[in-house]
Amino acid sequence: MAPPEIASDVDKQTTATSTANASHDPARAGAPLLEVKDLVKYFPVKSSGLLRRVVGQVQAVDGISFSINKGESLGLVGESGCGKTTTGRVLTKLYEPTSGSILLEGTDLAPLSGKQMLPFRKDVQMIFQDPYTSLNPRHTVGSIVGTPLRVHSVVPGNKVLSRVQELLELVGLNPEHYNRYPNEFSGGQRQRIGIARALALQPKLMIADEPVSALDVSIQAQVINLLQDLQKEFDIAVLFIAHDLAIVRHFCPKVAVMYLGKIVETGDRESIYTNAHHPYAQALLSSIPDIKQAQVGGRRERIMLEGDVPSPINPPSGCRFRTRCWKAKDICAEQEPPLLQIGGKEGHFAACHFAEPYDSAIHDAAKAQREADAAAKAS
Amino acid sequence: MSSPVEDVTRPAGDEPFLVVDDLTVKFPTHDGIVHAVSGLSYSVEMGKTLGIVGESGSGKSVSSMAVVGLHDAKRTEISGSIRVGGTEIIGLSETRMRRLRGNEVAMIFQDALAALHPFYRVGAQLAEGYLAHHPDATKREAHDKGVAMLDRVGIPQPDQRARDFPHQFSGGMRQRAMIAMALVNDPRLLFADEPTTALDVTVQAQILDLLQDLQRDFGSAIVFITHDLGVIAEMADDVLVMYGGRAVEVGTCRAVLSRPQMPYTWGLLESIPEAQTDPTLPLLPIPGTPPSLLHPPTGCPFHPRCRFTGEVPGDLCERELPDLIPGIEGGEHLRRCHLRNAHEVLSNAAAKKSKVGRHGPS
Repeated sequence: MAPPEIASDVDKQTTATSTANASHDPARAGAPLLEVKDLVKYFPVKSSGLLRRVVGQVQAVDGISFSINKGESLGLVGESGCGKTTTGRVLTKLYEPTSGSILLEGTDLAPLSGKQMLPFRKDVQMIFQDPYTSLNPRHTVGSIVGTPLRVHSVVPGNKVLSRVQELLELVGLNPEHYNRYPNEFSGGQRQRIGIARALALQPKLMIADEPVSALDVSIQAQVINLLQDLQKEFDIAVLFIAHDLAIVRHFCPKVAVMYLGKIVETGDRESIYTNAHHPYAQALLSSIPDIKQAQVGGRRERIMLEGDVPSPINPPSGCRFRTRCWKAKDICAEQEPPLLQIGGKEGHFAACHFAEPYDSAIHDAAKAQREADAAAKAS
Repeated sequence: MSSPVEDVTRPAGDEPFLVVDDLTVKFPTHDGIVHAVSGLSYSVEMGKTLGIVGESGSGKSVSSMAVVGLHDAKRTEISGSIRVGGTEIIGLSETRMRRLRGNEVAMIFQDALAALHPFYRVGAQLAEGYLAHHPDATKREAHDKGVAMLDRVGIPQPDQRARDFPHQFSGGMRQRAMIAMALVNDPRLLFADEPTTALDVTVQAQILDLLQDLQRDFGSAIVFITHDLGVIAEMADDVLVMYGGRAVEVGTCRAVLSRPQMPYTWGLLESIPEAQTDPTLPLLPIPGTPPSLLHPPTGCPFHPRCRFTGEVPGDLCERELPDLIPGIEGGEHLRRCHLRNAHEVLSNAAAKKSKVGRHGPS
């Protein structure tokens, strides 16, 4: 990327022509900023003996594809162990992908070596979950936020400090606090420092891995609003990784639901939250405790899943969700369901042999539950 | 069962099973006294669930540790009164406290992996808890009781799983095992401190369901501590909102969550994205950060972050701690706020919230 002055010129041009294409290459007009194709990440499981033979593979991410347009945010939701964090880390090349491609404005990042990656690193920045462990306690805030500027020589050495102060002000911190250490800040303020650091290089894509889940409830909204404002101001695309479905609904116009290393359903906010078709997405949505419930009284009908997520070392054959699914038939064990478009809705895909709308599914699930309960009582 | 539900012996008078009265917990430190809990009072009846909501540092966990007697007696100054089934706990000897804890009062912790002993089999840990309070029972009986409890909390093949170590259990199963351990002696009062915070939502739904089922069967009183208002909405009959070591709003779950009368509770509810609200509207956060318990603010603990101090005449909010009293609507819904017509002010503010600042100073 060019120095900041030129970059802002490019920004002006894009807003002037008001096209979605920010690339310098006119051939890529309308193409997404990031395109992930069949991304796979396996971690080898080694034997505990002397030979450390590879005895299995943790299939953390197993063939996922998605794309993010410039300035857009995609929410990646799922439970712990579904591979959402691994996905984020592979995209920043903190992990090497096992196979698949990561196209950033047409360049495949997957095969690049560390050195070759360097110019692309400033385009993809990360915000980490834990603001306590992701900041070096022995470095001042000025050094933490300024290091990326120095490493990539984005601004001349004597301008680093003033740029750092600008960044601190941008994220709502006092710019005079650049010489303080992370332990002098609260959790919410630390997360703002992390955001300033990610912002320092004017990235095109930010990977936010559970950016607010470690914060107090009253602080979460502050940070979410800040992220949204910055995203709009600088036209940054965000991959928002979170398990909190309500926050994802608020932040992301597009959502992908992951289960055991696969994307099981993806679509825009409306399709996922009001018209989910995959049984797992439906169960996930019905599990969110709802404050409104206390106001109307009684309990909401909900899909109760049995058991826990299976191990990604030996995932179930066929559909990975079948072991917990109330609709599972023989075909689910034999054939892996492909991601198919749902109805006429553009961009809404679900991977299920028996995909059906939310209302009828929740009705059936409740009925199946009642029958199972009755059978258990009878026996 | 050794204490069937019918045998809910009420202590003298008509007192609820747990009564906490003017509880104050202080920790003297090098930097000064940490006022963790100040003047906290609440009560829980048998068969009822009280939800305690608050952020980290609001005193919600500290107050419950004091009730269960798990605080470090040497480093803690406790005053006030805690009565469990008519027995005053404060000042009770450790021997008597031990007899009470586990038998009458049990606790479920947030992190099940840390709370279970990694070197002992799950079944053995359950049996140990049972034997401690049933010295006449044989080891066989204790083991069977443990297996029966594992079965009751929904662990498949309980006799086999009892031979497993905690690390062989998944997160949800560990939490079930811990619930089994807490219930092995049929306690009449259960403290659940963020029992589902570490769990995924689908597993959380299972555990909440289980706790409600068990409460129906055992008729125990539950104090449910969490920061998640959604969980409170599903679980609690009554809610107590804590802020800066004090109760700031108390009432039925329905009243507090649908008609909050304290700006802090209102702010919490407004700052959470909800399933029904328009996602394109900005959230309305509570500005600032939670107070330091080392140097608590004067007057109302919430006043430095409150949007409504301007509605109160003079500098009352900064000077004087409001009492925990009913609002102008009266009833059992108490709040600690100088605003006389709190509900009216707050619902008006909700209506025009898009005009208020988005992310205040930090």
